[in-house]
Amino acid sequence: MRQLLTPRAAVNVAVVLLLALVPVYAALTGDTFAMTLFARIMILALAALSLNLIMGYGGMVSFGHAAYLGIGGYAVGILAKEGIPSGFVQWPVAIAASALYALVVGALSLRTRGVYFIMITLAFAQMIYYVAIGLDRYGGDDGLTIYRNSQFDGLIDIGNKTVFYYLCFALLMASIYLVWRIVNSRFGLVIQGARSNERRMRAIGFPTFRYKLACFVIAGAMCGLAGALLANHTNYISPAMMGWTRSGDLIVMAVLGGMRAAFGPLIGAMTFLVLEELLTRATDYPNLIIGPLLLIVAIYVHGGIDGLLGKARRD
Amino acid sequence: MLYFTEQLLNGIQLGMLLFLLAAGLTLIFGIMDLVNLAHGSLYMIGAYFAATFADWTDSFVLGAILALIATLIVGMALEVIAIRRLYGRDHLDHVLATFGLLLFFNELVRLIWGPAGLTLSLPSEMLRAVQLLPGLYYPVYRLVIIGVTLAVGAALYMLVMRSRLGMLIRAGASNREMVGALGINIKLLYTLVFGLGAALAGFAGLMQAPILTVQIGMGENILIAAFVVVTIGGIGSIRGAFVAAMLVGIVDTIGRAFLPDLLHAYLNEAAASSLGRALSSMSIYLLMALVLIVRPAGLFPAATR
Amino acid sequence: MTDALLEVQDLTKRFGGVVASDRVSLQLPRGELHAIIGPNGAGKTTLIGQLTGEIIPDGGNIRFDGQDITALPVYRRSAIGLARSFQITSLFPDFTALDNAALAVQAHAGHSFRFWRNARDDGELREPARVALAGVGLAERADVLVADLSHGERRQLEIAMALATTPRMLLLDEPMAGMGPDESARLIEILRKLKGGVTILLIEHDMDAVFALADRISVLVYGRIIASGGPAAIRADPLVRQAYLGESGGGGGHG
Repeated sequence: MRQLLTPRAAVNVAVVLLLALVPVYAALTGDTFAMTLFARIMILALAALSLNLIMGYGGMVSFGHAAYLGIGGYAVGILAKEGIPSGFVQWPVAIAASALYALVVGALSLRTRGVYFIMITLAFAQMIYYVAIGLDRYGGDDGLTIYRNSQFDGLIDIGNKTVFYYLCFALLMASIYLVWRIVNSRFGLVIQGARSNERRMRAIGFPTFRYKLACFVIAGAMCGLAGALLANHTNYISPAMMGWTRSGDLIVMAVLGGMRAAFGPLIGAMTFLVLEELLTRATDYPNLIIGPLLLIVAIYVHGGIDGLLGKARRD
Repeated sequence: MLYFTEQLLNGIQLGMLLFLLAAGLTLIFGIMDLVNLAHGSLYMIGAYFAATFADWTDSFVLGAILALIATLIVGMALEVIAIRRLYGRDHLDHVLATFGLLLFFNELVRLIWGPAGLTLSLPSEMLRAVQLLPGLYYPVYRLVIIGVTLAVGAALYMLVMRSRLGMLIRAGASNREMVGALGINIKLLYTLVFGLGAALAGFAGLMQAPILTVQIGMGENILIAAFVVVTIGGIGSIRGAFVAAMLVGIVDTIGRAFLPDLLHAYLNEAAASSLGRALSSMSIYLLMALVLIVRPAGLFPAATR
Repeated sequence: MTDALLEVQDLTKRFGGVVASDRVSLQLPRGELHAIIGPNGAGKTTLIGQLTGEIIPDGGNIRFDGQDITALPVYRRSAIGLARSFQITSLFPDFTALDNAALAVQAHAGHSFRFWRNARDDGELREPARVALAGVGLAERADVLVADLSHGERRQLEIAMALATTPRMLLLDEPMAGMGPDESARLIEILRKLKGGVTILLIEHDMDAVFALADRISVLVYGRIIASGGPAAIRADPLVRQAYLGESGGGGGHG
């Protein structure tokens, strides 16, 4: 008897429904914390999604992806402080600045491979981290509070938590769809082929460098958007947004959810952040559990949660 | 000029600490092909053990020796329990797993010793300063660090280049399967190498404990610098680790000491201060980026397997 | 057809003290199937490396259809019509056979900065790919993952991928390696059909295939071509017998 829905599809649908209904739940129960938590999950899922594009499909393990979260966030924060509250200016700048930094980092880093690539991307993130710490005018190490959300006069008021939540939801869903299309397009196949066997790709005639660089820039831009959202979500920017542990968290989310699955990053982000939240409430020492859990997942679980769901289908 | 010499010595001293960390990392990476983000945790544990044992025994030297042994044991236990299951896997799995270990150790230390950090005091003889040049006084202990690390470095070089164990290590670095096929107990070799790396890290931790810091998260900052050293030096090369460690230690220290003042000449107070601090923190990354652009496999890449 | 499609002149490559290619010279007229034979360690891999652009020669030059390609990057060589197959199968394991061939087609179907349309539904890519697969007898296995193909089928796919780029010249690096007699016979037939249309440089140990297919043969020993000529001449050449074929002469089995 054929299943109507595979386990994987069932989980995806459930997750999307859950996210869509959180504000309804919040309105009914008055518990706005759920909205805050899940908005944050969706924003970081967007960042993890962009990382998955280069890492899962492209094989480019970047340990400096949080840099783009930071650049996007700081673009919003700096412009806000300098008297430019318009989102129509801030957000394109956030995306463009991230794309530009990704272009520079990619052009230099993609000449290396393996562990060297991991290290050099980490270094470039550290560089921007220290630049942020040195920006006394924008809070330096302590960070900067943003008093006014990005303004989209007449169009939308993201100061309203529910409106902001659904904006994040819409952007995330659209991005998941966009990534899915990219990955199956000609461009996506080149990226996947380069991950699978770069030597063969060049032998059959693909100049792989420019495609990988383009992918890197797209991922950076997407993460910059996530940064702009994050700044608006917390009304606060700080160098910690681009710390290397944040880059590590993004890698964890991408791997946990399953690296070549459309909804993998979202499931990974949700699992990781909900777990982190629950454990933080349950104990003063949550990492005593999270740490070994990551270790176990790394050793025993191939393909992340998506891998487990895939296996379930075959049984 | 004297100030410059003093900073140069500080740079060399920092380089020595970095060398101890980088040597372990590069061995572990070169031989077992393992990316270990938890290496800094062993550095931290070495420092915490030293502070605790020195307190119990009222002797810095005894505390240091006990800490070294304890860190070695922890390192080998870690290898047997967790690390050995990661060999041959994707680097991404290593990153995930050792990231988890890093989080775990930071939390464990916080549980056992509390969040505040510890202090470790030196015996009074080492607190003195000696006169190296007219007008230049340098703390004895910092000289001890440089001297002891040089000795350790020489011993390590001897071990890797001249001993039978070292030969196995180097063979394993160029061809893992072959060494296994020759009937050498690879498992034991790997445990020993990992233990050696852990001991070196712990040693660096305990040596710097009296003059720098003993606190949670201390491993992360220096670990990144150690990774930079390994990358610049070339993975798998002890010689590369030494040269790169000196470069990085000196560039970082001299940069922090002189860049802000240098910028003062051209920019106003506030800008020079901000930019100066930012640039000096970035200097080692700029160095690494430059090296990788010219030599994508580092300065002394070891033979590939 | 008198002018050579491929002209290699005095190609030289040193690795430390070892001369891997010692003033190697070759001329391949259009449509010829030229075999290179020689003992292991003779420098065949280095020669192929230089022809494909993965290794830059220390001396000499390579001309393809009159154009100097000595320093041309790897990915440009396919575009000018020079395709290769790999000695150790080098495919895309998590894709199907059809996906693999389609990628080879895609490399020559304009740029790939197309982000929206599903490339697996693109007839412009899939049709020529099916043709290439059919050409090597893999039509039925189009939707099988490479990881699930047999060794012989993978070797066939290797050839199909090179063919899918509609090359003018094929560089085949030991395509028979590891094949059983049936599979080898099939591949020999495929190559026989290609002869004349596509110029082929065949590096092989399988003497049956070499003497069945080659128009001319060159013998590579210690980086030097010690003899070059038609199959009969090579079989009879005393230098070649001494260096490579052994006392009994050519035609016997593999290696």
